[in-house]
Amino acid sequence: MIVKNQTISARPLKNNDSFKVFTRIIKMSFKYKWKLFFGISAIFLSTGFSLYIPLLLGNAVDAANNLLSSNSGEVSTINDSKNQLYFICFLLLISSIGRGTFSMIHVYFGESIGQHIGYELRMMYYEKLQRLSFSYHAGVHTGDLITRGILDVEGIRMFVQTAILRVIFLTSLIGTGTFLMITTNPVLGVISLSFVPFVAWKATTARLKLRSNWYALQDKLSVLTKTMDENLGGIRVVRAFSAEEFEMKKYQVISDEALKLSNEQVSIRSQSISQISTAFFISMGIVLLVGGRQVMSGSITPGELTQFLAFMSILLDPVRQIGLMINGFARGSASGGRLFAILDLEPNIHDEDGSKDVKVNKGSLEFRNVSFTYEGDNHETIHNVSFKINPGETLGIVGPPGSGKSTIAHLIPRFYDPSGGPILIDDIDIRNFTLESLRHAVCVVEQDTFMFTASIEHNIAYGNPWAPDDRVEKSTHHAQLAEYIERLPEKYKTLVGERGVSLSGGQRQRLSIARSVMMDPNIIIFDDSTAAIDAGTERKIREELKSLTSKTTTIIISHRLSSLMHANKILFLNRGRIVESGSHNELLELKGQYQDLYNLQNKARGKI
Amino acid sequence: MSMKKFSERSHEIPPKASVVLASNLEEEVFSEKFNGDVIKRFFSYVKPYKRQLIPALIAVIIFTITSISIPLIIKNVFDSTLSGDNNNTNLLYLFVAGFFVAIIFNFISNYLQEILVGRVAEHILFDMRTAMYEHLQSVSLSFMDKTESGKLMSRLQGDVAALQEFLHTAVFAIGDFVLIVGIIITMLWLDFRLGLLTMVVIPALLLIRIIWIPFARSAFLKARITSSIVSGALAENINGVRAVQGMTREYVNYDLFDLRAKENLRAALKASRIGVIMLPTVDSLSGIARGIVVIVGGIFVLNGEIETGVMVAFVLFIQRFFDPIRALTMHYSVLQRAMASGERIFEVIDVPVEMKDKENSIIMDDLDPSIEFNNVTFGYLPNQPILKNINFKIKPGETIALVGPTGSGKTSTTALVHRFYEIWEGEIKIGGVNIKDIKLQSLGNNVSMVLQEPFLFSGSILENIIYSTKNISFQKVVDAAKAVGVHDYIMELPDKYDTQLEQRGENLSIGQRQLISFARAIVRDSKIIILDEATANIDSYTEMQIQNALKVLLEGRTAMVIAHRLATIRGADKIIVLQNGEIIEQDTHENLIKNKGLYYSLSSLNYSSFDDIPNHIIQKITNSTSGT
Ligand SMILES: Nc1ncnc2c1ncn2[C@@H]1O[C@H](COP(=O)(O)OP(=O)(O)OP(=O)(O)O)[C@@H](O)[C@H]1O
Ligand SMILES: Nc1ncnc2c1ncn2[C@@H]1O[C@H](COP(=O)(O)OP(=O)(O)OP(=O)(O)O)[C@@H](O)[C@H]1O
Ligand SMILES: [Mg+2]
Ligand SMILES: [Mg+2]
Repeated sequence: MIVKNQTISARPLKNNDSFKVFTRIIKMSFKYKWKLFFGISAIFLSTGFSLYIPLLLGNAVDAANNLLSSNSGEVSTINDSKNQLYFICFLLLISSIGRGTFSMIHVYFGESIGQHIGYELRMMYYEKLQRLSFSYHAGVHTGDLITRGILDVEGIRMFVQTAILRVIFLTSLIGTGTFLMITTNPVLGVISLSFVPFVAWKATTARLKLRSNWYALQDKLSVLTKTMDENLGGIRVVRAFSAEEFEMKKYQVISDEALKLSNEQVSIRSQSISQISTAFFISMGIVLLVGGRQVMSGSITPGELTQFLAFMSILLDPVRQIGLMINGFARGSASGGRLFAILDLEPNIHDEDGSKDVKVNKGSLEFRNVSFTYEGDNHETIHNVSFKINPGETLGIVGPPGSGKSTIAHLIPRFYDPSGGPILIDDIDIRNFTLESLRHAVCVVEQDTFMFTASIEHNIAYGNPWAPDDRVEKSTHHAQLAEYIERLPEKYKTLVGERGVSLSGGQRQRLSIARSVMMDPNIIIFDDSTAAIDAGTERKIREELKSLTSKTTTIIISHRLSSLMHANKILFLNRGRIVESGSHNELLELKGQYQDLYNLQNKARGKI
Repeated sequence: MSMKKFSERSHEIPPKASVVLASNLEEEVFSEKFNGDVIKRFFSYVKPYKRQLIPALIAVIIFTITSISIPLIIKNVFDSTLSGDNNNTNLLYLFVAGFFVAIIFNFISNYLQEILVGRVAEHILFDMRTAMYEHLQSVSLSFMDKTESGKLMSRLQGDVAALQEFLHTAVFAIGDFVLIVGIIITMLWLDFRLGLLTMVVIPALLLIRIIWIPFARSAFLKARITSSIVSGALAENINGVRAVQGMTREYVNYDLFDLRAKENLRAALKASRIGVIMLPTVDSLSGIARGIVVIVGGIFVLNGEIETGVMVAFVLFIQRFFDPIRALTMHYSVLQRAMASGERIFEVIDVPVEMKDKENSIIMDDLDPSIEFNNVTFGYLPNQPILKNINFKIKPGETIALVGPTGSGKTSTTALVHRFYEIWEGEIKIGGVNIKDIKLQSLGNNVSMVLQEPFLFSGSILENIIYSTKNISFQKVVDAAKAVGVHDYIMELPDKYDTQLEQRGENLSIGQRQLISFARAIVRDSKIIILDEATANIDSYTEMQIQNALKVLLEGRTAMVIAHRLATIRGADKIIVLQNGEIIEQDTHENLIKNKGLYYSLSSLNYSSFDDIPNHIIQKITNSTSGT
């Protein structure tokens, strides 16, 4: 057993990769082309209106001046001017409303595209995680996966919402401004644009710095999530050891590191924002100086310079926004990289080409020289295991902790694929089954049960949610749980807390048995699933199941020999190898490890 | 891949399926816990950074002033140097120099405001998360039992991240606010009546806002809650992915998740609609205000009541006045969104801590490790007692065994010794002192437990065995590992004790996990040790070795052992038989045999394990003994 501390963040260090991330996100947003179209149109319209308003106000001043100058004059001019004033007032109202409405449309469409993409990503992520195989999930921490699902999806969403529409808008605004300035006065135009190369350079370097900072920060937040997640999951251990302070210290170290990264980010951001707008102002100052001298020398009129500076001040706001958007870009590309790294994974256990939905009707099971090694491990956990069970028969497996019993169980529904030797059900290699049909036919009652936060009923019907009520009741009856449930005030609707905290150990295991029985499998594997159930209850369960599962092939893994003595065949496993096998009586006659174990378990009885 | 696309499936929601319970559970758990003023609470987190904020505020003011003065300087350049025929080059240079000075101030203040406010904002975010997390360390277990960690996670990460957006825009909001105040003062000073007229729309704006807030609040809250449900569902599915794949629930879960995600999408879009509706509102109002100024100002000019210059100034100011108001409106949506998150954060912080150390609480280190239950009654849910009238006494150094069928209350009894839950009636004493008077921390230092469900942390095996125990030598760790028989296995691993474990120790077999959690408990050397089915997943041979090692290890310690196997039980000084939350019998092994009561009858039956006895026989024996 070796640890694969694999971090999945395939870091896109090259600019090229972050370009790919962007094109991918942009491609996603092009699905909403109408929203995009209307959103961008709305930006232009609202900008148009907001530029129109100062113009109108200027007109109003002129009109008032007219009124004043014509004070002594004719009534018609006064009325004209007055009417003009009213008209301007009317236009002002209209353009204000227009500005507001179109701003609303553009902001809303931006958010709407962002939310839709967020939704899509979430669904894709969920689907992918459900399909990734056990070996993948064993190697990553759920805290990391949860962080990606919460924070990175959010990062991309924010990027789409705030950046995509605006980039198109800003580019066209700056383009127009540039065009106007260059055509008005080429010399001043060039001077006034002298800040552009600096901004471009600054934007790139800052974005790169920010991106690697976001990567580091999101990774750190993943570790933080992991720490908190483990703490909440292991809360009983924490309380039992009064380790609250210890846990806080553990958390604080990571939190401080993350805070340091955040602070770093703030300073990169602050620098780039202030430098970029200052660069702009400096070019403006130079324009003022050079333009002022040109005016004085008479080569241009003051009006021209005014107009020129007016064009330039249109650029002020976009330039400021570039500073802000750099961060959004950096976060978007870091988050996108982290999320796509997972979306692009292909589960290594999947339906093989040509696999079919096979209906298992008999349920014989055979291992032929099966070997298996955990990923990254340097020795085989299962070594050359061969056995055969006929339909309806029972196989028992015993062995010390870590001998590979659960591993064998996990190979049958293809949670892992063996490295050698086929596994056959009804003489068909299990890789010829679709995963779905295979897992319907084979059911493992896991050693560590997992319950979902739902009612008892929904937990029992988890694998067969269309089952009628009486099926659920029957299964609980078989698992000796019915009596307990009937005593509960809300009976089957009682909530099972997270991972089943509100149940006792034995109740959890019985619920897990009931859940598996509900699935009507052809092959059922009990992996030490009665360890916390008293043997009396266990015997009852077994008797109930006997009639129900007479045609079901059964594997029982247990440390309690009384649980599997009746099996047709028993394997004694040690270090991944079968060391003894046979029926109970045959094994006793062998006078080997099995007999030792049997004697040990019966000593207690004999000594009284 | 030939796996069918999820979208090709029929989207029929099965009758017996749900993905993470609807918000009602969450509402129930957190209901009415928080009803304070979010903003006020928020400021208590700002307070510690007063010192950084004062310079930040100054920077904001300087920045605002320079931002306004830069266009003014340009205007002056025109007015004084370029417009007339007085071509004064020196004046031009002077103004340009002034312009550059303004730029420098602008640059410095811009940088300072960004970095100071930004850093304080980050600190506040981290402080709030830490406060939440720290609080969760001390809230009662019964609260934690009811709460999904996925949803807590969504508060710890998602809501904190949502606040971040707000804090990032805070610097602009402060600037805008400063600007508005400045403009209002200037306008009133220029012409009081016109100034007042301009502000006529502000009450209207406030009124609309008052109507708007409740809608916005509930919409943003709904968006956050649905998002937290989505995160919770995601988290649960990741945690239970083995069960999901084992029972091929992928398709059903996908559809259920889709429902939740769509619900969240709808809620978010609705919140967004409610947020943006303020834009045309503010703009219309500002249009009205501008219109008023134009007409009334024009008439004033006409009547000669004000000069044209004043009107020009007004027209300019009114432009500057409504832009920050508009910007603030946008921030206001962000603020409302942040309030929703803030509320959810404070809800966590406000969950009452039911179990607190009393004043003058006693440190357990000096007490003898005797345990006494006097008429203890306890249950998890109201009116459903799980343990009824429990009485027993364990002398220091004794080992007692708790036996009984599943669900009889064995684990619950041990949980009470550690005060995981508060009892309803009666009292529990350790060393003759009521545990309510003992310092919680010292309880944890002196009572170590092997829980029924082995839980390991990610990290090395060594870290796991030591866990929070202080001053432990490596030799002690090795001794503990040897005692539970896992040392040999560890030494076979390439990295030995430094082998990294995955979360929950998933790269170990269950038995191995149980052994390590066993080692973690005995390394602690505490006076009281509780073993809850510590060897349930371990073979009899290893168990026998552990039993032998324990004989030495438990010397002088008080132990409570829950076990199935007779070998373990018989060695105990006293055996307590539990059934349905009641003690049926308790005594030493010898006495129980001598008394020829229940235990005697049970032991003489031909079962290899105490629990092997079918219930109907227990029933029969119980009936017959209670008769005598
Ligand atoms: N956190 C909880 N919330 C609500 N009910 C609980 C909780 N924990 C246990 N219970 C209930 O209390 C009863 C006693 O549980 P307990 O875990 O003490 O049993 P036990 O004797 O340890 O059983 P087992 O041998 O199966 O572990 C059970 O009916 C169980 O459902
Ligand atoms: N996900 C994993 N990655 C790497 N190694 C693993 C993993 N799961 C189990 N192992 C190792 O493989 C070996 C066999 O484990 P397995 O769970 O099959 O044992 P087991 O026989 O079921 O034991 P137990 O009785 O304790 O349940 C053990 O040494 C274990 O440490
Ligand atoms: Mg196992
Ligand atoms: Mg228990």
